[in-house]
Amino acid sequence: MSETPSQEGNGGGGIRGVLTGLGPALIFGILVGLVVVFTIINGTAFFNPENFVNITVDASVLLLLAVGMTFVIITAGIDLSVGAVLVLSSVVAAQVMVALSGTEQQVQNYQFPTQGIGIPAGIAAGLLAGLLCGLGNGFLITRLRMPPFIVTLGTLGIALGTAQILSGGTNVPYVPTAIQSQIGERDLFGFLPVPVLITLLVVIVAWLALHRTSFGRYTFAIGSNVDAARRAGINVDRHLLKVYALSGFLSGLAGIVDLARFNTASVSAHDADNLAAISAVVIGGTSLFGGIGTIVGSVVGTFIPAVLRNGFVIQGVQAFWQQVAIGAVLILAVFIDQRRRSAEERM
Amino acid sequence: MEKARDLPGGEPVLRARGIDKSFGAVRVLESVDFEVRPGEVVALIGDNGAGKSTLINVLTGVLRPDSGEIFFEEKRVRFATPHEARERGIETVYQDLAVAPQLDAVSNIFLGREHRRAGILGRLGFLDGGRMRRETEDQLTDLRVRLSSLEKPLSTLSGGQRQGVAVARAVMWASKVVIMDEPTAALGVAQVEMVLDLIRRVRDTGIPVVFISHNMPHVFEVADRISVLRLGEMVAELDPATATTDDAVAAMTGSASGNGEAA
Ligand SMILES: Nc1ncnc2c1ncn2[C@@H]1O[C@H](COP(=O)(O)OP(=O)(O)OP(=O)(O)O)[C@@H](O)[C@H]1O
Ligand SMILES: [Mg+2]
Repeated sequence: MSETPSQEGNGGGGIRGVLTGLGPALIFGILVGLVVVFTIINGTAFFNPENFVNITVDASVLLLLAVGMTFVIITAGIDLSVGAVLVLSSVVAAQVMVALSGTEQQVQNYQFPTQGIGIPAGIAAGLLAGLLCGLGNGFLITRLRMPPFIVTLGTLGIALGTAQILSGGTNVPYVPTAIQSQIGERDLFGFLPVPVLITLLVVIVAWLALHRTSFGRYTFAIGSNVDAARRAGINVDRHLLKVYALSGFLSGLAGIVDLARFNTASVSAHDADNLAAISAVVIGGTSLFGGIGTIVGSVVGTFIPAVLRNGFVIQGVQAFWQQVAIGAVLILAVFIDQRRRSAEERM
Repeated sequence: MEKARDLPGGEPVLRARGIDKSFGAVRVLESVDFEVRPGEVVALIGDNGAGKSTLINVLTGVLRPDSGEIFFEEKRVRFATPHEARERGIETVYQDLAVAPQLDAVSNIFLGREHRRAGILGRLGFLDGGRMRRETEDQLTDLRVRLSSLEKPLSTLSGGQRQGVAVARAVMWASKVVIMDEPTAALGVAQVEMVLDLIRRVRDTGIPVVFISHNMPHVFEVADRISVLRLGEMVAELDPATATTDDAVAAMTGSASGNGEAA
């Protein structure tokens, strides 16, 4: 494979370097450009702190999924099950909350005498459901050597189906309202919504883990050259198991945040979340071929659709245009990724 | 050179006996014996497909032999993974290099052996990048190896520069044996000299080197002993002081024996 004798000196480095560096800068430029354009068009209706907080709250659930997806894609994997796991986790959490917060009679009258137990138990159950789904993905991929695409597609069906069986196919009602007032719609210090705080913490921890620890280093190494990682003594299977477990856990957390924001576990609102998360990650410069990616890129890649949607809504443009725009940006991002990869392979 | 060859060889550090290896119906190694003694450079030569890389893979735990025994420092070993061989001080530059192209030189050199920070951060897995970088620089200076950049992803370096990283990594960590599968294949003249010189200096510290190459001048320049593989069999052992390139080529191709079994 690498036997090709190289005639070139180090002259190719410059071009490749520019090409590799172009992705993140270009994407960040697009985000800044969007903000500038919407500010010019909409003025302070768009450019004000409150609106930015709104955008961030709207983006928080997807951002949690995108963070987990970043790790997965850097290992050259994929997780199609994130949206379904989100739904399953929020249904499980909601049902545990409803069951433990009072008698059937009480909760139907919106009285939750034991919600002090019910809410934490529900949150724990939802997170556990997400973690177990992720572990299941990781187990099948590493032990049974099945392709991630197929395994997580299967998990998507199983998780979504289970959620619908549990909920009877409808949104879970009578969820304690405290989860919305105390978490979903609560502003800390008068300006920091709890969902944003949760997401911010996750992003910071994920950034540190990916770029500063051996966990992140192994994630890159596995995606870059899995044989080299194995020969270096990295336990590839165990690491991949952890990465898919992380993605599952963060999907569970996203399910809790979603439940807290809307006070109900909705079974039908997340059908496209997996593709949205993958798009965000890829737009952010993470390579589908593995070995390359950043958390900051995924944050930017999540905000581009969020800003577009927000700007279009303020302006009264049909939100469907946002989908068109995102599709175009995604294709551009993948194009850059492929150019970069083929530049590498010409070595 | 003479001096090295006259060293009291001692017991072989690494020895393979009666190695058989087939891929499906294809017999790639047939009762191969091979040994590496302290302080020697042993060249392993043979035509394309002779089984050189396969033998190396068997020796270093990448592949399991179908039968045969491997001894390390006189003790029977069965390396289940390449990592086990590395832990015993056997370092290998694989023909495919086994580097992570998206990582930089320091990350590749320390892959799987990262230094962590002191204290609680270290236990959380935080890396000590500064220390790894410093140690890499120090070691490379000691080894007189020049790498163009320690910080750029290897994919942005030339093929030869990447090979340099793989060679440096092996030499840095080896304490018992260094195995190099065509380490000079993509190198320019100056870099080849650097690697050959490095091989000699490693040998002079007492660590034996297994050197695989198709380039006969290089082989004769550094080897203390030459083992020849042909079609999976160890067919000759040559002394570079007395043998000629023609002898080596004849042994590799089988033309000397004239029995035409090369078909
Ligand atoms: N994984 C494999 N599966 C099947 N056949 C293999 C495999 N690896 C090697 N072989 C075969 O084994 C034989 C020896 O291969 P090997 O790579 O050991 O040769 P080599 O002496 O290193 O050659 P080269 O000089 O070209 O590197 C070849 O015929 C090759 O096709
Ligand atoms: Mg070979």
